[in-house]
Amino acid sequence: MLARPMLQRLASPRTGGLLVLAASIVLLPLVLRNSYFYDVAVLVGLNAIVCVGLNLLIGYAGQISLGHAGFFGLGAYGSAILASRYGWPPTAALLATTVSVALLAFVVGRPILRLKGHYLAMATLGLGIIIFMIITTEDKFTGGPDGISVVPFRIGGLVLQGERVWYWVVGGLLLVAVWLALNLIESPAGRALRALHSSEVGAEVVGINAAEHKLRVFVISAVYASVAGSLAAHYSGFVTPGKVAFLHSIELVTMVVFGGLASTFGAVVGAAVLTTLPQLLAAFEDYEMMVFGAVMIGTMIFLPRGVVPSLARLLAGRRGADSAHGDKRA
Amino acid sequence: MQYLLTGLTVGAIYALVALGFSIIFNASHVINFAQGEFVMIGGMATVSLAAAGLPYLLAIPLAVAAAALVGLALEKFAVEPARGASVVTLIIITIGASIFLRGLAMLVWDKNLHAAKSFTGDAPIAIAGATILPQSLWVLGVTLAIVLALSWFFGRTLLGKAMLATSHNRLAAQLVGINVRMVLFVSFGLSAALGAIAGILIAPITTTSYDVGVMLGLKGFAAAILGGLGSGVGAVVGGLVLGIVETMSAGYLSSAYKDAIAFVIILAVLFFMPSGLFGKLGGERV
Repeated sequence: MLARPMLQRLASPRTGGLLVLAASIVLLPLVLRNSYFYDVAVLVGLNAIVCVGLNLLIGYAGQISLGHAGFFGLGAYGSAILASRYGWPPTAALLATTVSVALLAFVVGRPILRLKGHYLAMATLGLGIIIFMIITTEDKFTGGPDGISVVPFRIGGLVLQGERVWYWVVGGLLLVAVWLALNLIESPAGRALRALHSSEVGAEVVGINAAEHKLRVFVISAVYASVAGSLAAHYSGFVTPGKVAFLHSIELVTMVVFGGLASTFGAVVGAAVLTTLPQLLAAFEDYEMMVFGAVMIGTMIFLPRGVVPSLARLLAGRRGADSAHGDKRA
Repeated sequence: MQYLLTGLTVGAIYALVALGFSIIFNASHVINFAQGEFVMIGGMATVSLAAAGLPYLLAIPLAVAAAALVGLALEKFAVEPARGASVVTLIIITIGASIFLRGLAMLVWDKNLHAAKSFTGDAPIAIAGATILPQSLWVLGVTLAIVLALSWFFGRTLLGKAMLATSHNRLAAQLVGINVRMVLFVSFGLSAALGAIAGILIAPITTTSYDVGVMLGLKGFAAAILGGLGSGVGAVVGGLVLGIVETMSAGYLSSAYKDAIAFVIILAVLFFMPSGLFGKLGGERV
């Protein structure tokens, strides 16, 4: 009789989803034919880490951010400057950068998160643009618009180089990132976030400190973005301000919404689709931007809840009554 | 004084873009991130029509009409089918539309910078120790005319009043027989036309290209937020304040941080006045 709860656990969206994700990461190399494919896969993984964090903020807490490329960029440039210009060990640079970004998010988060809706969008957008401007202007440290080259990542004597090595590192980190996010969502803190998403006043009435919870998830999502930024800098060996720009923030939000708000695996799927799409669309050359825009509009019109929740709903509908009382949250 | 004049000119453009944001927001509660693209279409269409030999008197109305058509198409094919979707979804749709339009502009025209001829000569006029380009006077004059025309439109005409009513209470407006979908449709056309006019006015001063819309759109959004979303007066004041502050800080502090300073000020204002300068402080209903 022990097998039954065990099986049920495996079939739950949480454990089951994690297993599916792990299996896809392990099996994916079977179809990755050359290092270019691995390169795209690593980029997908890094974007997915940012999106999983951003989804906690947008999808669960309901607080939009149009400035997360700023945190990604701070992570990238922090690691780049400390490791390459000042010769810090990359691990120390990564840690110091992550802590500073967390502190920055903590300090600016409190006043910014008091704002709501479009005003919050404006404030986060402004924050992102200010970070972008500082990075492009302070060329003594950042190399300005030309960017800065970054030394490879190494832990002790072990140097991480090559697409294949990075594939496994990023794949493992993505699993950890998703696992942590799922744990947070299922914890009392996660329930508090969902409560304040549907009504902030209502949540406060039942004793949830909305400001505190919003600030915490803002800091967490900034840390996700910063770590991914640091790793991206070491991986590609180069950072340019394009990674910090407004359009990159928009791309990140689009990935989250495309995959499905309040769906952690949706964030991963969104990152995967929207990172590979431009690579596929490169075949269209001049039409690339038009097709990309059209895909964005089309998905939002026909799958307004995002790809993963919409598909999950379709599947659940087909299975009908037997899942009627099941938790459909993927 | 020189900075003040330049700032007013830039600010007038921001005000026009911000008015476009406000009109659409009032009608639909959508922030239209493709607003900047209307500005681009206005400027680029005028430049290419003028290059084809049309006089400005013909090219400008055609360019405005083209932008308005694009605005109507955007409402019909992208916003209307997604009615009832969440705010974030609608934002993504308009961003998708702006990427689409930018890609289209790149195909129809090219990636180069284009300079438009100014409407009436380039001889600077001296006023109180500062100089002003004739084109700046055009910008200020046309903006003033548009603001007056809009206040007449919203205060005196049936359609304008219907649009105001819809912005106050959509359901009630529908109950008294206002065609709310029509209002939404018109508001996109109107704000596209406003954006296009802004693009045409500024093209001779700053040159235009397929991607000018991004920054102008963001600044217009910033101006609309600064003034308080949905407030017409707020949009105009927000635009002018933003333009003046930006030019002053570029002149006295650092031109490299011109754009950053504008956003720092907006953040500061929002921290103390979370609904902008003229926004309504709304309670949250549970």
